[in-house]
Amino acid sequence: MSNHQINPNKWIDSYSDYLFNYTISRVSDREIAQDLVQDTFLAGLKSMKNFKGEASERTWLISILKRKIIDYYRKINSNKGKAEVRINYKDSESEGDWLEERVADPFDKTAEDNLQNSELGDAIYNCLGKLPQKQAEVFKMKTILGHETEVICNELNITASNLWVIIHRARTAMADCLKENWF
Amino acid sequence: MPCEEANHVCDKTQYKDATLWEKIKLNIHLIYCRACREYTKGNTKLTRLFKKSEVECLDSQSKETMKRVFNKALHKQEQQN
Repeated sequence: MSNHQINPNKWIDSYSDYLFNYTISRVSDREIAQDLVQDTFLAGLKSMKNFKGEASERTWLISILKRKIIDYYRKINSNKGKAEVRINYKDSESEGDWLEERVADPFDKTAEDNLQNSELGDAIYNCLGKLPQKQAEVFKMKTILGHETEVICNELNITASNLWVIIHRARTAMADCLKENWF
Repeated sequence: MPCEEANHVCDKTQYKDATLWEKIKLNIHLIYCRACREYTKGNTKLTRLFKKSEVECLDSQSKETMKRVFNKALHKQEQQN
């Protein structure tokens, strides 16, 4: 079944913030996160023909991003030192496996707080995805980036009262959307 | 203060953009207006959720840069196909 379409023209507008948020909670550096997201889009573009439409575009892009993040950690780890450590396993079957495979998965956040936070982040991004694009843009600039009203008005060429109308609509919609699970 | 203005001040308060006088007027309004109390409650909760989630997003400049690089690659790929 291929019921999902692929359209790279809309990728950055639709998914860049979501992917960035996903990345930054895992690499904690804005610049690196931005590079990883950029690489993900480019890699997605190259392997577009592999998109089978089984998952949504966003899920597909996230799966590419996950590889990118793992590769990033591999790279910085191999920069630290090339030593490989082999340890003894109890059974002969798993012999030859590497120590790295036995250490805790950095992506497996078990602390409840972290889990809840990433769920909340997902919920927020799902709700943001339902807002009209312009509304989402203004709301994100004001609420997440914390820009001053003036800065946003200048950048988007809107008036302050215009901005507040948009913010009001966005906040009402966001509160409605999050109400079910988070209020 | 009419309800519409009360909601507007309440929105501004979420971003610390309201003046002290506006906040006083809002609070007086909230004493007798149940609907606006509800709105304020939800609005404050939304602010708290955002703070708690620590969500991040790209600034417009980074997004523009990203678009430029991406569109170049997209264009190149379309020409090849």
